[in-house]
Amino acid sequence: MIRRVAVTGIGAVSALGGTAAEFWEACRQGRSGIGPLEGLPLEGVRIQTGAQALGFDPSKHFDDKQLVPLDRFAQLAIVAAREALAQSGLALRAEEKTRAAIVTGSCYGGKTSEDQGFRSLYFDRSPRVHPMTIPRLMANAGASALTLELGWQGPAWTVSTACSSANHAIGQAFWLVRHGLAEVALAGGSEAPFTYGSLKAWEALRVASPDTCRPFSKGRGGMVLGEGAGMLVLEPLERAQARGAPVLAEIAGFAMGADAHHITQPSAAGAARMMREALAGAGCEAGEIGVVNAHGTGTAINDVVEAAALREVFGAGLDGIRVSATKSLHGHALGASGALEAVSVLLGLRDQSVAPTANFVEADPECPVPLATAFEPFAHRKALSNSFAFGGLNAVLVFSLSE
Amino acid sequence: MSASVPPEILTRVLRTLAETQKLPLEQVTPESTFEQLGIDSLDGINILFALENEFEINIPDESARQVRDIAQLAEGVYSLIQSKAQVPPETAA
Repeated sequence: MIRRVAVTGIGAVSALGGTAAEFWEACRQGRSGIGPLEGLPLEGVRIQTGAQALGFDPSKHFDDKQLVPLDRFAQLAIVAAREALAQSGLALRAEEKTRAAIVTGSCYGGKTSEDQGFRSLYFDRSPRVHPMTIPRLMANAGASALTLELGWQGPAWTVSTACSSANHAIGQAFWLVRHGLAEVALAGGSEAPFTYGSLKAWEALRVASPDTCRPFSKGRGGMVLGEGAGMLVLEPLERAQARGAPVLAEIAGFAMGADAHHITQPSAAGAARMMREALAGAGCEAGEIGVVNAHGTGTAINDVVEAAALREVFGAGLDGIRVSATKSLHGHALGASGALEAVSVLLGLRDQSVAPTANFVEADPECPVPLATAFEPFAHRKALSNSFAFGGLNAVLVFSLSE
Repeated sequence: MSASVPPEILTRVLRTLAETQKLPLEQVTPESTFEQLGIDSLDGINILFALENEFEINIPDESARQVRDIAQLAEGVYSLIQSKAQVPPETAA
C-alpha cells in the first residue's frame, strides 16, 4: 500500500511568535527574531545573541500541576502540536488511536532542567535533585507528553540527530503514513537550548556568530542559536479530502543518509546525494523544484559546501530557483529547525511566495545562490527543504502542492 | 604584532600542539605547516582550547581565523599574553 500524504495542520512557536500565523507575519516583514539574550548569565560568554521565544508564557498553556514534569522543550512541542491539530480538525475514533503516530525531534532534550539540577548538586551542594529531573530531561518527553494528552497509542518515538532531528522525524512519520504503518501522524521537533553550559559549549566550537546570522552573505560570522517548536499533522490525502480537511500541501519525498566524511565538516557530495534521493523518492525532476529552504546556517563552511551541492544537483536550473535560509529569522533551533523550516515552506506553497533570508549584506563569490532576500510572490508547485547535521547525518524533504 | 616570540613561549606552543595532535615533539617545528601536521579545522579548535588553558588566555574567534601557520599562532599567543599582563585579569578578554 502506497498512499499520498497530506499536511493538514501546522503549528509553530518560535522567536517569531507563538503561532504559525505570527511566524509567517514575521517572515512577510523580514523581521528576524535574533536579539540580545535575556534571562541568562552572560558574563564571560562570547555568544551574546540568540533567537529566544521570549513571548512564550507556559502559564497561558498549562496549569501548575501540568508543568511539574515538563521541561521547556516539551512545553513548546505540546503547544505547537495543539495548534497543528486544531488547524487540521483531525478527530480520531478510539480504535484509530492505536494507529496514530507521534514522532518528535530534539537535539538536546530537557537541557534546561538538567542544567538547573546538576548546578544545584555541583555548586549549591544540594543533597538531591528534583525527582522529575529524569522525566523532564529525557529527549522523548515531548512525544510522551503528547501521547498522554491525546490518548494516541500508535508508534511514538523521538529522533535525535542534532540539526537534522526534525527533518528525520517528519520524514519517518511520512513513511509510516505513506506505507500504511500508521493511519495519521504528528511530527516535528522542539528545542530549548539556552543554558549557560550550552552557550559555552557552542562558543568552544567556534561556529557561533558574535552578532547575527547572515546565510550565504559576505561577512557572515556563523550560526545563531534559536528555540522553539514546529509540528505537522500528516494524514492520507484521501482521508483529508474525504473529510474536507484543509490540505496545505503533500509531502512527496524524503531521503536520509550519512556523509561518512567528518564529525563536524559538511560534505557537498553527501548533501547533493541526499537532495537527489529525495527528488527520486518524490518522483520529480530537479527542474520542478521552485523553492529550496537551505540548511543555511551562516557558518563559513556550511554555506560554501551547500552552495556547491545545490549547483551540482540543480545545474544551470538553480538560477531559476529561490533559495531561502530562514535560520536568519528563527535562529538555528537545532532539533526544531527542520520543522520551523517546513512551516515556512508550507506557507510559502500556500501563498505562492517565498520567505526571505534576513541580514544579507552582499553576495559572497564563494557561495553564490539565488537567494530570496525579501519576501516576494513566487509561483511554484514544489519545494525542497535541507537539513545537514553535525555528525554528517542528512535529511531532505520534498513538499508538493496537490495536483 | 611582534615577531620576536620568546623561545620559552614558542617551546610551550610547540609542546601544546604536539600533545594535542598526539605527535612526537621533534616532529613539530616553527616551520611545520598545519597540512604537514595533519591539522584540520576540528583539530584547530582543540589546539586553541589547549593553548587557552596552557597560557590562561582567551583567543577571539576573529584572531583565530587569521592564523595560517605556526609562527603566526605563536605570535598571536604571545601578543595575548602581553595584553593580559597589561590589564587586570578579570577584564582580560
